[in-house]
Amino acid sequence: MAGRDQSLTVSGVLAASLILILTFGTLAAVGWRAEGAGQLGPADFAAIRFTLWQSFLSATISTILAVPVARALARRRFPGRGLVITLLGAPFILPVIVAIFGLLAIFGRTGVLSEISRAFGGEALNIYGLHGVVLAHVFFNIPLATRLILQGWLAIPAERFRLAASLGFRGRDIARQLEWPMLREVLPGAWLVIFLICLTSFAVALTLGGGPRATTVELAIYQAFRFDFDLGKAALLALIQFGIGGTAALFALRIALPQTAGGGFDRTVERWDARGRLSRWTDVLAIGLAMIFLLSPLTAVFAEGLRGIPDLGAPVFRAAVASVLVALASTALALLLSLSLAHLIVAMGHRRGGPLLEALGYLSIAASPLVVGTGLFILIFPFVSPDYLALPVTALVNATMSLPFVLRSLVPALREVESRYGTLSESLGLGGWRRFRIVTLPRLRRPLGFAAGLTAALSMGDLGVIALFAGPEQATLPLQLYRLMGAYRMEEAAAAALLLLALSVALFWIFDRGGRADADA
Amino acid sequence: MRFLTLATGLCLATVAAAETPELTVYAPDYFASEWGPGPAIEKAFEAQCGCDLKFVTGDVLPRILLEGERTRADAVIGLNTDVTARARASGLFAPHGQDTTDLTMPIEWTDEVFLPFNWGHTAFIYDNTKLANPPASFDDLLNAPDDLKIVIQDPRSSISGLALMLWVKAVYGDEAQQAWEKLQPKIVTVTKGWSESYGMFTDGEADMVLSYTTSPAYHIIAEGDRTKESAIFDEGHYFMVELAAKLSTTDQPELTDSFISFILSEEFQSIIPTGNWSFPAKLDAEKLPAEFGELNIPEKVIFYTEDEAEALRKPALEEWLAAFSG
Repeated sequence: MAGRDQSLTVSGVLAASLILILTFGTLAAVGWRAEGAGQLGPADFAAIRFTLWQSFLSATISTILAVPVARALARRRFPGRGLVITLLGAPFILPVIVAIFGLLAIFGRTGVLSEISRAFGGEALNIYGLHGVVLAHVFFNIPLATRLILQGWLAIPAERFRLAASLGFRGRDIARQLEWPMLREVLPGAWLVIFLICLTSFAVALTLGGGPRATTVELAIYQAFRFDFDLGKAALLALIQFGIGGTAALFALRIALPQTAGGGFDRTVERWDARGRLSRWTDVLAIGLAMIFLLSPLTAVFAEGLRGIPDLGAPVFRAAVASVLVALASTALALLLSLSLAHLIVAMGHRRGGPLLEALGYLSIAASPLVVGTGLFILIFPFVSPDYLALPVTALVNATMSLPFVLRSLVPALREVESRYGTLSESLGLGGWRRFRIVTLPRLRRPLGFAAGLTAALSMGDLGVIALFAGPEQATLPLQLYRLMGAYRMEEAAAAALLLLALSVALFWIFDRGGRADADA
Repeated sequence: MRFLTLATGLCLATVAAAETPELTVYAPDYFASEWGPGPAIEKAFEAQCGCDLKFVTGDVLPRILLEGERTRADAVIGLNTDVTARARASGLFAPHGQDTTDLTMPIEWTDEVFLPFNWGHTAFIYDNTKLANPPASFDDLLNAPDDLKIVIQDPRSSISGLALMLWVKAVYGDEAQQAWEKLQPKIVTVTKGWSESYGMFTDGEADMVLSYTTSPAYHIIAEGDRTKESAIFDEGHYFMVELAAKLSTTDQPELTDSFISFILSEEFQSIIPTGNWSFPAKLDAEKLPAEFGELNIPEKVIFYTEDEAEALRKPALEEWLAAFSG
């Protein structure tokens, strides 16, 4: 460990402690306020079973479908490719309620597909059921899976493809020698992140699941709070949610095989094997289908919202500004936390709790937002009125909630940098901040830009804890959207949704573009 | 220069705030938002109290229960009868001291702690251009063909969903589960809250939505749209009332009392019809907006006292869940 800057380790430990407080600390606070241990009934076990099953299906289908899309994007260059990549990312950052209405406009009883089916004498589509839940989760998460896998593809050094071409490798050989090992490292992580996201799904699962059969653990937690005010049960259910998430994390990270092959010269991939007609057509098909599936609900959100735009008043724009500020703050925080944590994870390697630390980084997404919010409330209330801290707390929680995605993107990249340039840097006596600036940062530019964009956009769209804390004047845009709907103003709500979508995509694009500037210029 | 002005302004504001007493009222989000009745009420009360009325939004009762005796709230507004039993048991609320004998509600109100400020009934809303013959009773709804689609809210996460569950229980008693089983094929889906359901209905995803008898008033007054109507059922409609209460822990009881008595004043009550889109608890019919006269109003009203509702809540939920799991 000689030559390594201790301050990086210290900040890593601090980041880990903060996550522990926000996850288990808040849970403990809720459990401590409870008047007894909670008891689970048959309905709760049904909720656990359903949650496991829908999360498993959603994560598996999302990752599998994302592979051909990512491959196509990795080996094709076409005009507007950057725009396509950005737009394909948009569903992931949609607020839940906006996504539901977007999906219903396409797949609902009076949606576009049902209308087409009726025009040909068929029946209306029935989206409600387990398939609807999975469809919605796949819609949300294919974008994330695609981006994570795409990063894996782009991280394969161009020299290897060059070598493969000169050795006369066919597509099949390249798949076996280069692509499969990469997928083996990237897929489990992507699967895990999506599994964890789906784990805490509630409103989407209930609405598209068609009713109480689609009860998830998060809904059971909500019920324990709202219907029974049984904090003990809420804490117990949240603990179970962690248990499921933790088990899945250890399982997935065990399957993942990090690559340790030698490095290349950071060049854009040129694919000699992908010149065949068949591979070209499969790529066109993959990108085309993904675009139709992902962009049609977004188009519906756009079309619905356009009419109400002139009616939007100052409260909505004020909330939009607040949301952008919260998003920027939580992006800065998330990058700080995740860089610290990623350094510690990579430094610890595969022994001495490295994987455990990495699993911890994922856990924040398995935390019940309601429990985190309530726990923070209990922790903060004795010292200061929580209302004053509504926006800072929202920024902090949003930052930790996006850590899993940021880590997923940073850790493999950082590991790669360390394994390629670590020894060289050490031998040159390059350490600490200087090494980070000269060696690491330029090579992390792409994942950092992506992570920053993702965090900002996610924070924009997240209702999160603000609903538990906000005073009437401190609304974020998603909260304002809910308030508009609650006041019957559906048209203005749709317009606010469009504004939210536009701002999220713009933030994502700016950061992500910054990260990709060198590669696509 | 501008900074100086700002700084001076802030100082003055702080001084001013220190002199005027602050009244803190916890309210649901929809109540205090720019589009709810909160801002108008705040303005009207501040004009007469010489105080600063502050609404704090969130899930009112869970928050009060978490804060206990250390709560900063002087009063709460926007509780429903489904939570009053737990609220009362906490011992955190004091009598309102108001005369409730001359309220304009379809039921008598004798509660000395929780004071009504507006009310309505649950009802299914439909579009009269799409549904020519809406069901005229709950039985009609149950026996309607399964392609009549309705969207409702979950009783575990939504107050109106809970009211529907109690409504069905009141109409069908021991046969509530069978009633739900008959209703189930017509239910497009169950949503977390009212907003999702209502949005789905206005998007045409369902023929009827569980809402309130006063919902059409919004469409008539704000949009000039007379196509939304509530279907009136012979068996009667479940009565929903929203309540306010004074915290026993308040350190400014007089100011809080003056707010509580302001609630039943004509000034406050006149804000309710178009502010919260419901019936004021104490306002004569002729003082309502004329359009309220166009609303379909049930003759029979169903209401469970808080003790009855509290006792029925869990068994009724089990029946509801059982009907959907089949």
